Amino acid sequence: MDTLIAQLQRQFRDYTISLYHQGFLDDQFTELKKLQDECSPDFVAEVVTLFFEDCEKLISNMARALDQTGNVDFKLVGSSVHQLKGSSSSVGAKRVKGLCVTLKECCDSQNYEGCVRCLQQVDIEYKTLKAKLQDLFNLEQQIVQAGGRIPQVDI
Amino acid sequence: MEVCNCIEPQWPADELLMKYQYISDFFIAIAYFSIPLELIYFVKKSAVFPYRWVLVQFGAFIVLCGATHLINLWTFTTHSRTVALVMTTAKVLTAVVSCATALMLVHIIPDLLSVKTRELFLKNKAAELDREMGLIRTQEETGRHVRMLTHEIRSTLDRHTILKTTLVELGRTLALEECALWMPTRTGLELQLSYTLRHQHPVEYTVPIQLPVINQVFGTSRAVKISPNSPVARLRPVSGKYMLGEVVAVRVPLLHLSNFQINDWPELSTKRYALMVLMLPSDSARQWHVHELELVEVVADQVAVALSHAAILEESMRARDLLMEQNVALDLARREAETAIRARNDFLAVMNHEMCTPMHAIIALSSLLQETELTPEQRLMVETILKSSNLLATLMNDVLDLSRLEDGSLQLELGTFNLHTLFREVLNLIKPIAVVKKLPITLNLAPDLPEFVVGDEKRLMQIILNIVGNAVKFSKQGSISVTALVTKSDTRAADFFVVPTGSHFYLRVKVKDSGAGINPQDIPKLFTKFAQTQSLATRSSGGSGLGLAISKRFVNLMEGNIWIESDGLGKGCTAIFDVKLGISERPNESKQSGIPKVPAIPRHSNFTGLKVLVMDENGVSRMVTEGLLVHLGCEVTTVSSNEECLGVVSHEHKVVFMDVCLPGVENYQIALRIHEKFTKQRHQRPLLVALTGNTDKSTKEKCMSFGLDGVLLKPVSLDNMRDVLSDLLECRVLYEGM
Repeated sequence: MDTLIAQLQRQFRDYTISLYHQGFLDDQFTELKKLQDECSPDFVAEVVTLFFEDCEKLISNMARALDQTGNVDFKLVGSSVHQLKGSSSSVGAKRVKGLCVTLKECCDSQNYEGCVRCLQQVDIEYKTLKAKLQDLFNLEQQIVQAGGRIPQVDI
Repeated sequence: MEVCNCIEPQWPADELLMKYQYISDFFIAIAYFSIPLELIYFVKKSAVFPYRWVLVQFGAFIVLCGATHLINLWTFTTHSRTVALVMTTAKVLTAVVSCATALMLVHIIPDLLSVKTRELFLKNKAAELDREMGLIRTQEETGRHVRMLTHEIRSTLDRHTILKTTLVELGRTLALEECALWMPTRTGLELQLSYTLRHQHPVEYTVPIQLPVINQVFGTSRAVKISPNSPVARLRPVSGKYMLGEVVAVRVPLLHLSNFQINDWPELSTKRYALMVLMLPSDSARQWHVHELELVEVVADQVAVALSHAAILEESMRARDLLMEQNVALDLARREAETAIRARNDFLAVMNHEMCTPMHAIIALSSLLQETELTPEQRLMVETILKSSNLLATLMNDVLDLSRLEDGSLQLELGTFNLHTLFREVLNLIKPIAVVKKLPITLNLAPDLPEFVVGDEKRLMQIILNIVGNAVKFSKQGSISVTALVTKSDTRAADFFVVPTGSHFYLRVKVKDSGAGINPQDIPKLFTKFAQTQSLATRSSGGSGLGLAISKRFVNLMEGNIWIESDGLGKGCTAIFDVKLGISERPNESKQSGIPKVPAIPRHSNFTGLKVLVMDENGVSRMVTEGLLVHLGCEVTTVSSNEECLGVVSHEHKVVFMDVCLPGVENYQIALRIHEKFTKQRHQRPLLVALTGNTDKSTKEKCMSFGLDGVLLKPVSLDNMRDVLSDLLECRVLYEGM
């Protein structure tokens, strides 16, 4: 049993470190983790879930706006991407935030092709992150179920 | 028959004779009577006739003579005694009157004769006066001609016109046959015929200047009569004239600009003359009169003056043109220089920026490298790298500073700092080197030196470091003393110092060393950029030569003075500078201090129960901020719009965090409206903090202008938020925490 927990913990640690090193997450995520304590044990999960919901909503808004070929409402796209940028930076989703910056630039210069391309990338990215975080949470659950403690990972 | 005393003529033969005598007597009588009548008539007619009474006498004489002859008529025939008596009486009277008249005439006739003489005399006199009148008129006319000539000559400033006019007018005035002007050639050895009045002359007709006749004329300022056969007067082929007219020559001084020195009047001993030759008409027997000669001399003088004026004018026009050209050239040069300076400054700025970036990378990474595990050799290498790159960085900063100083874009960064600490720090920095060189350094701070002052700490340290560093660098042995005191404005040698009232004072720092000293001649050069003194001692110690120049500029910016005194080579030198600093009373005001601040221990680490309001439109960040604050123990209320915020905010909330990420000013309005809401209870108003994605100056300014108490950069870390909250509650204002 111990080895399983240790194994799982090691897996968890490695996975987390890899997420950071691959640039999916940044320090802000660490800060979020700090806020999780006995009073709010699922704080991170809640925030992250909210974030992904937000992503979905904003991305679909932007997709709809960009579909109106001929009179694209770039302002709407701009404000949506602004929101997304804010959310992603609050959560620590580094790659998503980076793509949001690029998308904002395309939007500001009214580069339709660029916007469409960027949006697709954002979509892919957030879905990837979602999957990865899901895996991370699953690992956490496994550890907890196995009776272990979730290790503190120092990046 | 009576006997009469007369001889009795023979009547018949003498009857014819008698008849004729009778008739003659008759006519004589008539004539005698008519003469006085005529006399009276004509005398009455003429107004002037002296001697009227002579006339009367003469009249009487004639009348009586007439009477006598008339009475004679009766004596041809026999006549009575009465007739004889009358005859006798008449004759006697006649005799008397005629004798009287004759006597009278003796007196009168010479008088009458002298009248005649006088008349003749007067006539002669009148003729003479007429002649003289004629002469005077001629002279006056000549004078008029001179004036007119002068006027003509002086009315133009063109040299050729002057000369031509002179000749023409002279020719006209004096009715000359020929008038010529000979000018000296460039070499001064010949006279060239330049202008003539009537005749075309061959070009380049010259005569040598050393002819005796020419010397004679040049020797005097008067007009000189010369022979018509002299070379200067022989202007055209002699065509068989009987007698050539008289010729006169006069010199015309040519005044040169070089004669006019700044402080002197021109000397009349000019070397160059022109020659004017005037010829009277041939065969006219005219002579040169004195007044004509005078006229010629006057004209010659006027011409000289007019020519010199023309020369001066030409000269000044030429000078003015030259000046204008030079002006244009200077302007161009100035603009080019400005462009060059600007280009250089731009270049410096850009290059510095480009160079700074890699430089900082090098320095940062080298420092980091130092922290890791290194072998001693590696450590040495890394230290050298660090030192060199620090030096290079300093050099680049210096150059950049200097270029900024030069276009005046450098501004002092004022702040409050501790002066005493500054000096001690400088000394601490220099001590290691001084100890190595065995140079003791002493610091004397005057007792009245204020402790806390307002000024540009970094630059003041730079100046002191530079000067003390130089003192150490250039001293091989001896000691170095640094003295700091308070002085009055900028008296160099006042011995008694009084702290001036007001919030400013002048700090004087004296750094005395006993080193190589400086040649007094080199002292002015010390403060010029890049200049090095030539002595070997200084050569070997390196340095870019910029330090003193920059220090001087900083000192000037601080409204001060810097100078160096030295007694000569080998006798050491003293560097002294004064700068103006402000006096500060509150030592706690150091917000921007170069001395590292001890991190403040948060006074409130427990924010339990602190009521805060979070307004953020973005759900995710709202949740994150809420989590943050909850973790710190606060009671958090969240709203997602301005209206909700206004509705919810109350005096219970101590802090309101509002997200102002979106562009535009709508979010800031909420701050104003909160202010409005709490105008009555100002002290109960919650602190307003903006959470924003960028913290540049404009955002900060905008926040301040809308009445926000602080600005925070999103995303906020836990520690950051903790510090921020404690600072906020402590000081009620926060513009740090970035």
